[in-house]
Amino acid sequence: MTDNTAQTPAGPVLAADGRPLKASLNRALRAQKIRALLLIAPLLLFILITFILPIADMLFRSVENQIVRETLPRTVAAMEAWENHEEAPGEDVYAGLYIDLFEAAEFRRHTRVGSRLNYEMTGISSLFRQAGRGVGRFDTDLYTDQFTDLDTAWADYATWTGLMGDSAIRAALPETADSFDTWVRITIEANDDDPAEENIEDFVYFSLYRDLAGNGYSGSNALLSTAAEAVSSFDSLSIRDQFEELDEDWLNPELMETIWVYSPSYTPGYFLTAIDMQLSADGITAQPEDRQIYVTLFGRTLFMSLVIMGSCVLLGYPIAFLLANLPMRISNVLMILVLLPFWTSLLVRTSAWKVLLQQQGVINDILVWIGMVPDDARLQLINNQTGTIIAMTHILLPFMILPLYSVMQTIPPSYVRAAKSLGATDWTAFWRVYFPQSIPGIGAGCILVFILAIGYYITPELVGGRTGTFISNRIAYHISSSLNWGLAAALGSILLGVVLILYWIYDRIVGIDNVKLG
Amino acid sequence: MSSLPPYASTGQKIWFYSFRVICGFIFFFLIAPIITIIPLSFNAEDFFTFTPGMLALDPDAYGLDHYRDFFTNPDWQQPLWNSVRIAPMATLLSVAFGTLAAIGLSQSHVPFKGAIMAILISPMIVPLIISAAGMYFFYSRIGLQGTYLGVVLAHAALGIPFVIITVTATLVGFDKSLTRASASLGADPVTTFFKVQMPLILPGVISGGLFAFITSFDEVVVVLFVGSAGQKTLPWQMFIGLREQISPTILAVATILVVISIALLTTVELLRRRSERLRGMSPG
Repeated sequence: MTDNTAQTPAGPVLAADGRPLKASLNRALRAQKIRALLLIAPLLLFILITFILPIADMLFRSVENQIVRETLPRTVAAMEAWENHEEAPGEDVYAGLYIDLFEAAEFRRHTRVGSRLNYEMTGISSLFRQAGRGVGRFDTDLYTDQFTDLDTAWADYATWTGLMGDSAIRAALPETADSFDTWVRITIEANDDDPAEENIEDFVYFSLYRDLAGNGYSGSNALLSTAAEAVSSFDSLSIRDQFEELDEDWLNPELMETIWVYSPSYTPGYFLTAIDMQLSADGITAQPEDRQIYVTLFGRTLFMSLVIMGSCVLLGYPIAFLLANLPMRISNVLMILVLLPFWTSLLVRTSAWKVLLQQQGVINDILVWIGMVPDDARLQLINNQTGTIIAMTHILLPFMILPLYSVMQTIPPSYVRAAKSLGATDWTAFWRVYFPQSIPGIGAGCILVFILAIGYYITPELVGGRTGTFISNRIAYHISSSLNWGLAAALGSILLGVVLILYWIYDRIVGIDNVKLG
Repeated sequence: MSSLPPYASTGQKIWFYSFRVICGFIFFFLIAPIITIIPLSFNAEDFFTFTPGMLALDPDAYGLDHYRDFFTNPDWQQPLWNSVRIAPMATLLSVAFGTLAAIGLSQSHVPFKGAIMAILISPMIVPLIISAAGMYFFYSRIGLQGTYLGVVLAHAALGIPFVIITVTATLVGFDKSLTRASASLGADPVTTFFKVQMPLILPGVISGGLFAFITSFDEVVVVLFVGSAGQKTLPWQMFIGLREQISPTILAVATILVVISIALLTTVELLRRRSERLRGMSPG
């Protein structure tokens, strides 16, 4: 036995089952890691689906802009060739726009893209709505009549399916093939009709004319050859003029520029709007003065959060100091006065302030009663910044007191005693010895209160009136009233960025593991 | 600071008492708004301030009209019922997932612990309006917007950080040799969990659950966006009442909620002390 053990040290240390100890330990460690991860996995998955994905979706929406390209594909493609952006584009772009708008109107999508572009240029929405009705009444039946006069076969659905079944003809008449397919799709999907029984729409003949007049036809199909020869003597019209007749704004280069600028699938446009900038022909420029609201609003949110944070320090520090220095028995009782507001419903506290701060409310009644304020000049304490600051200071005060208190509890009283015994006055002992040690608590409390304050929605909404609202109220407005979700997402993303930076600082100073509740 | 030494100078005495008075005012600021609404909720009239009759303590000036309205008006009863249906389900989900994960996180070797913790705590950090916006967009895509399930899932996500924090804090003081002892006596992991570990961490689990419950029960921003009229909860109804036309019934509701908060606060405090006593961390 002793001989055996004496020989082994040369090789690796073995575990009981004969494997190397190191491998065996690694295996046990891996099993332990897997067990821990399996316990965490359900929750991680749950949070990822219910929370992280929604946040990611919001970030995505802040740059997503597929709607223009999806609804107006032909217009956007034709705009590639648009050179002089000082003037309205040529016939080709309007031809594309005609068919795009016709299709969008049949599928009732034209108002959606209209509202999207209206965020960037006021008035586009009504222009699109009007055009949705107008494009059906364009004079393009001119072409329909001329083709069917030439040969009645052009009115037959069978003629068309025959022609469009031939890939060589499709290649020779690209616009016509696209228009015909679009018409079939509209008839079946949007109107739920049978294409064989319907009259072919004018825009298909319009495309046929454009193809034949533009490129001619050199194939062997007799019907098409005849038509190709005849089109040179056809009456024609300018589709650009048709748009001008509908509304001369359609020839406004700025309007077409807006469509062009917002045609890419991803746009920084919402973020630019969120910082009062805009995307235009000359690149990124400032919004006109009267539309600059978001920087002011962000500034106000930060300023008011700072004021609330400051008042919380001012009111919270004495309380935390008192609680930390009183005997445990008394401070536990007083602690209830801090914890009760902390546990009370946010809406209860907001209702309380709404009731107290009204012009006919308790506070004004008391002030009038003790004669500080005349009855006919009651103070306006609500629906302005004062209301928001008072109510939110009250609501967030416990979040300042609790971290301050936990830091102050750890400051040994002997330091202050030592300072005093060395001749310091009460003030010097406090300011030079006690206060510096309580700074970590102030830092933690401030960041916590600040993070909570800048994202607050309910209280500013209820007591803030017009001047006391935060950026979050604007986000809610864009989600539920103006329906500009992209802008709401961009504003939210900026706010989220600010909060995450602050949170990172908080984690550095305090550590998220040290958060205590109650 | 707790008491004045006999040799204190006049200046020190003045400061000592004036400091207490200042603190008294701050405590008053903290608690007065909550206390004031309680007598106001018994106002017999539809006013939001003390009527002369109330100040004269005239019994006729007090009444239970607002409470009667709350308990009979369907505008309030339906939201109450919705709140009662949503909050416990959300709490159950938070506690079940949260406790398991907290036990996983408290093991000694967890890879990516920091990142996992950050993700799990994030619903508490992200401002509610942003969570609400994201959930509204995403739940609309997958058809959960305006459904009971959608609101429950959203509230469960918001409650989870509280469960994680409280249960992890309880597990810090948990003696691992107890589970080893149980295993050496032949118990399988499931029995060990329910018979040994669970009873010891139960105070943390319950207080985490109470936090999750109050989070859901009080929550208004997310439900405002994720829910539809069919999921209108009590805070939502209060929010509408406060924003549009304020009815005195809100004060009665507020008073009832204050009583519930007092009950919850007491429970959590008792649990916290019990748990500290079990772990020998506090002499009380």
